[in-house]
Amino acid sequence: MTAQEYAFAVIAAVGAISAIAVVTARNVVHAALYLVVALLSVGATFLLLGAEFAGWVQILIYVGAIVILFLFGLMLTKAPIGRDTLDNQNRWLGVLVGAGIFAGLVFLIQSAFPIGEAKRFRVLPSTTESVGESMFRNYVLPFEAISFLLLAALIGAIVLARKDEGT
Amino acid sequence: MIRLPFVLVFAALLFSAGVYGVLARRNAVMVLMAIELMLNAVNVNLVAFGAALQQVGGQIFALFVIAVAAAEVGIGLAIVILLFRNRASINVDEVNLLRW
Repeated sequence: MTAQEYAFAVIAAVGAISAIAVVTARNVVHAALYLVVALLSVGATFLLLGAEFAGWVQILIYVGAIVILFLFGLMLTKAPIGRDTLDNQNRWLGVLVGAGIFAGLVFLIQSAFPIGEAKRFRVLPSTTESVGESMFRNYVLPFEAISFLLLAALIGAIVLARKDEGT
Repeated sequence: MIRLPFVLVFAALLFSAGVYGVLARRNAVMVLMAIELMLNAVNVNLVAFGAALQQVGGQIFALFVIAVAAAEVGIGLAIVILLFRNRASINVDEVNLLRW
């Protein structure tokens, strides 16, 4: 175990516990706050993997914008509190499916990248400059598609959420 | 220096938690939160493989996924608010009018 792996173990433990807390919390606002911790740990993982720009974007957009949107959504819909109103009757089926998917994924990872013989790779920090250069040199078309998608989503959200007046 | 499978297992756990959340939650906003967890698991995988291959492409696709997730949350919450306005409930079990 190297220092980076110890740091990642701490981050991953926090992230895993809070991710499970997101889907099991009885209070919706608590779930949103656990989501903040889970997203922060994902951002910390990005930083640990040298993806500096993606890490800060994750923290700014997810924690700064998306969670706020969730909190607004919870506030506007007067979300009830309590396990019986939050979870449906399929909870144990959900546990079964989730655990099955986790076991399957771990089996796949273990057979593709055996943990015992996995080599440690050196993390080279990537600068924002290299990200921007690659994005606007090699990925211009997906970038334009994303900007069009964001515009469409913006207009769609406004059209959906505004009150119809006089129609 | 870090080993790739550790990161992949973390992402698998985030994804499984998201799957459980989508299946078990009744509140539509909570279902959206669980979907966010799954998208984040994919992002972790993209960035981890990008770092392991020492390419910047994984990071760029993670950024694209973040943008798609932001659009998805905007639309999703608009639909949820519309649902609440019409039905006074955002319980996904009760939304069965389109079902036959």
